[in-house]
Amino acid sequence: MSTRDTDWDGVRLHVVTGKGGTGKTTVAGALALALASGGKRVLLMEVEGRQGIAQLFDVPPLPYEERKVAVAPATMTRPGGDVFALVADPESALVEYLEMFYNLRHAGTALTRLGVMDFATTIAPGLRDVLLTGKAAEAVRRKTSGRTGARVYDAVVMDAPPTGRIGRFLNVTSEVSGLARMGPIRGHADTVQRVIRSPDTAVHFVTVLEEMPVQETLDGIAELSGLTGIQIGGIMINMTRPLPLPQDQIQAAAQGQLDADELALGLKTAGLDDSRGLAAALLDELAADAKTALGQELQRSRLDDAGPPCYELPWISDGVDLGGLYRLAAALREQGAA
Amino acid sequence: MAGAPPLDVDRLIDDRRTRIIVCCGSGGVGKTTTAAAIGLRAAERGRHVVVLTVDPARRLAQSMGLTSLDNTPRLVDGIGNGHADEESRGSLHAMMLDMKRTFDEIVEAHADPDRAAQILANPFYQSLSSSFAGTQEYMAMEKLGQLRRAEEWDLIVVDTPPSRSALDFLDAPQRLARFLDGRLIRLLTAPAKIGGRAYLRVLNAGFGMVTGVLTRILGAQMLRDVQTFVSALDTMFGGFRERADYTYQLLRAPGTAFLVVAAPEPDALREASYFVERLAQERMPLAGLLLNRVQRSPAARLSAAGSQAAAETLQVNGAYPLAVAALRRHAERMQQVSVQRRLAEHFTAAHPIVPVAEIPAQAEDVHDLAGLRAIGQAFGA
Repeated sequence: MSTRDTDWDGVRLHVVTGKGGTGKTTVAGALALALASGGKRVLLMEVEGRQGIAQLFDVPPLPYEERKVAVAPATMTRPGGDVFALVADPESALVEYLEMFYNLRHAGTALTRLGVMDFATTIAPGLRDVLLTGKAAEAVRRKTSGRTGARVYDAVVMDAPPTGRIGRFLNVTSEVSGLARMGPIRGHADTVQRVIRSPDTAVHFVTVLEEMPVQETLDGIAELSGLTGIQIGGIMINMTRPLPLPQDQIQAAAQGQLDADELALGLKTAGLDDSRGLAAALLDELAADAKTALGQELQRSRLDDAGPPCYELPWISDGVDLGGLYRLAAALREQGAA
Repeated sequence: MAGAPPLDVDRLIDDRRTRIIVCCGSGGVGKTTTAAAIGLRAAERGRHVVVLTVDPARRLAQSMGLTSLDNTPRLVDGIGNGHADEESRGSLHAMMLDMKRTFDEIVEAHADPDRAAQILANPFYQSLSSSFAGTQEYMAMEKLGQLRRAEEWDLIVVDTPPSRSALDFLDAPQRLARFLDGRLIRLLTAPAKIGGRAYLRVLNAGFGMVTGVLTRILGAQMLRDVQTFVSALDTMFGGFRERADYTYQLLRAPGTAFLVVAAPEPDALREASYFVERLAQERMPLAGLLLNRVQRSPAARLSAAGSQAAAETLQVNGAYPLAVAALRRHAERMQQVSVQRRLAEHFTAAHPIVPVAEIPAQAEDVHDLAGLRAIGQAFGA
């Protein structure tokens, strides 16, 4: 049986962005797991040095080295797959780059001592981002040695910087080209841009159904739409919860118009004390939940109108552990995101 | 919450000796909104407050009745106050950091007009001032220093940039200052001062190697831009260093208070913990932890298990669907309450002396001053 169709067949670099607090790293991890199922090899890459992947997969802090962190579950028809993780930091990427292209490995120490490393990786505008996106582009294009030359990774998932910085992060060529009109950095940046601005790459936005993250998502989509060749991926709506009540009662609940007597009678029947007082308190809770739900519906409709396909990841009440991550990965697969 | 000393925000903002409140914490915890709520509450209790935000959230500007925020403090209308007399009436200004503009102003203040124009036109400067990851942090601290020196406000509430790590703003000014002061800069400025290609003769081999590598990485033309920029900036180095030191000292001075803002979630509290430790290390004055978006229940006496059991009892006889839904939802809420409580207790176990105040989760997004006021009432009460 051949692989089924998904919405992002052919995409090999998945860039995952989102506002802080929306669960960007969690969704990136779930997407990597989802993409790996069916016997694939997927690299999950972190670029902000927070060790979020290690925490997510409950493994010790990761070095600048590709390590296997999880196995995607096998099914009746498909074998499992492997998720590798890499914490990419610009300094290591620079040393690797110097070594790869200029055989300048030993220059590293001298460069650090003179503050060149500091300069190149934190101060020189855009260079840091070129080094990080460059590492992802390299992993996407890497082939095994030997004549077959198969791709090492079927897909690379990047836990990218937050939505507010994603445009600048991906648009490194324009940053760098203002500075380096020629030379190796310019050449490198151009190569990276060819990967990022190709159908091989898609940028996914993680959000929750609150006003500010949704606004940032819409702003981010608008910003990236202005960059020629960058493919907008999906909108990943994280932490969604079922409605607290049937749809036709939500409005009434929000306005405190539900039948308190009926509720109190029910609570009394269930054997609970002070059923009147309890009913009043529970109606307050329902009113708050209903208001939240109404706000979320409004945000959902804004996202629906935005254009890119939306995927929903359910709220996991007791915190996302590895088991929860598999559930999220399954949800992404069921909806065709992977 | 068990164990943690209570954080008295009102006492903090009522104390006239409190001149600066820095709100920090990881992204997405409601830091900016919290900073605005603190500013509003302080203004309504008689302080002259300016809120400095780095977050371009239009909604926040609108909730304060401003169409947008910019680099100039704008007066917020509609500040209520309990004081009858004019003299004890407070005020609120709000502004948003424009980092490029702020950087330009420093250059203009420290260099003669010709040199300033030269710097402002330099491609390397233009990139540095609008995109260097540390510039925002540096400029936020610079702006804080300016506001403090202006002596127009008696309380400044600042929210920190949405950095990858909430700690960057402590390091970034020093990093930039270190760079501008550092050996690399001297190395880069040397050729420009000496002029022409002669520098190769006078510099030692190590320096020669480094410029060689830099040329190979960056290209000769970019290196030239950097050199031109740096030599034009030469006269300002002392100023940069001084300003960074001034702000750093300002942050440690009496009258400054740090509030760590977190949501009751594992990641946010982990960052908060890290932050608390780092502030202690730097001997920065920590006022406490503001735990935002805490789930509460007006029916806490009915436990999650009890509520779930009651829902099941009712479900069997098929009647009372409303009661079943309410009980199930209550069970979920109580479960969330206990998860959050456990997380907060973990934090307090690790940091028993850090005072904590809670802000209950709001059912709706903040749209106006009334919404901000409600948040202030929640942590003030």
